[in-house]
Amino acid sequence: MAAPLSVQVEFGGGAELLFDGVKKHQVTLPGQEEPWDIRNLLVWIKKNLLKERPELFIRGDSVRPGILVLVNDADWELLGELDYQLQDQDSILFISTLHGG
Amino acid sequence: MPAPQCASCHKARAALRRPRSGQALCTTCFCASFEAEVLHTVVAGRLLPPGAVVAVGASGGKDSTVLAHVLRELAPHLGISLHLVAVDEGIGGYRDAALAAVRRQAARWELPLTVVAYAELFGGWTMDAVARSTAGSGRSRSCCTFCGVLRRRALEEGARRVGATHVVTGHNADDMAETVLMNFLRGDAGRLARGGGLGSPGEGGALPRCRPLQLASQKEVVLYAHFRRLDYFSEECVYAPEAFRGHARDLLKLLEAARPSAVLDLVHSAERLALAPAARPPPPGACSRCGALASRALCQACALLDGLNRGRPRLAIGKGRRGLDEEGPPGRRGSHSRPDPPLRSPSPASRDSSSPLGSDDVGVRGRL
Repeated sequence: MAAPLSVQVEFGGGAELLFDGVKKHQVTLPGQEEPWDIRNLLVWIKKNLLKERPELFIRGDSVRPGILVLVNDADWELLGELDYQLQDQDSILFISTLHGG
Repeated sequence: MPAPQCASCHKARAALRRPRSGQALCTTCFCASFEAEVLHTVVAGRLLPPGAVVAVGASGGKDSTVLAHVLRELAPHLGISLHLVAVDEGIGGYRDAALAAVRRQAARWELPLTVVAYAELFGGWTMDAVARSTAGSGRSRSCCTFCGVLRRRALEEGARRVGATHVVTGHNADDMAETVLMNFLRGDAGRLARGGGLGSPGEGGALPRCRPLQLASQKEVVLYAHFRRLDYFSEECVYAPEAFRGHARDLLKLLEAARPSAVLDLVHSAERLALAPAARPPPPGACSRCGALASRALCQACALLDGLNRGRPRLAIGKGRRGLDEEGPPGRRGSHSRPDPPLRSPSPASRDSSSPLGSDDVGVRGRL
């Protein structure tokens, strides 16, 4: 049983183009049965924020390879990736690396 | 689970794990480690000696932004001076916005900036014009093949204009690995033979060229830019979705997910590759038209422009002899070891240019 959470979801490196060009989203996740982890956050994002071409952001139950995920400025690899349990006021940033340099 | 402690300073929380060493570092220690690695790459490889005037290929994108930022920090230590060179390929709706980012960077960093345009260098052939000319040639769009060759030539020209002694580009480890895959997938023995290594020493009069970021993974470049709050342009070129590199990139991302060291391992494999004698390319000579390094009668840039100007854009695309063979007279011997047939002189309808650089070939403009 998860309480409602207030988090900031941010997109960069071009990923924002899939979200109407909006980089920062202040989001309130509703209370629900299942815990709020990144896995469930992605499902929520796909349903509520993603405006177009989901295949460019999500593959399977994770992000498309080439999209970096930072939680409070730390690589999600260090935090358990999809299994990381979100805390209130967390900041989750998705940066796309899929473009020329 | 909470993030581990930084393995270097043991004070701050770790922000990422460096792919090569597996070390967990905080943002400060990571940035310092990243910069130290670039410095080491340059110094150990003697890439940019003191007094070097370095032309930095600047596209406004993440890699060249990080490259310019780091080199600017290291410049006093290395005793080098920097000059940004941006190439305008003439891609509407893309390059203008990217150039705006470069201009902002030049102003912020107080670095001189020179812009060289395809339209000026290549007789009016912007990438948009090339794309129109190559559209409908079947298979995937080949305009990116042109861009790769012409952009390098344009960068070289820009570097000469500013009196540079060296050219640097922001290619990262992922770019290098993708190139290795592409060369294998296309059976490009010539490029595989030249592949790997930290840079080209500048044969045939070309300026020495190197890639100080080539040991850094793309992920680290992006994270460095993020932690240093660097402003860069992050849109994809409008033609990129159709470029062959996309396939190599997708494959590399899948490989990396399974085995993170695959990226650097691929680059190291290419460096250690030895080709069978029959596959080794002939020693390069000079382009008969512009004098640049060339393994055939014409260098790649001249051959590609030739094809465009004659309305036969696919003329010089394709491996080894196949491209030029399209032009060979009929009834020749079938042996594969024959020398390249001489190009027939151009028809009156397509004006020949004495040099692709700075040409004012009137015949081309009709195709724009």
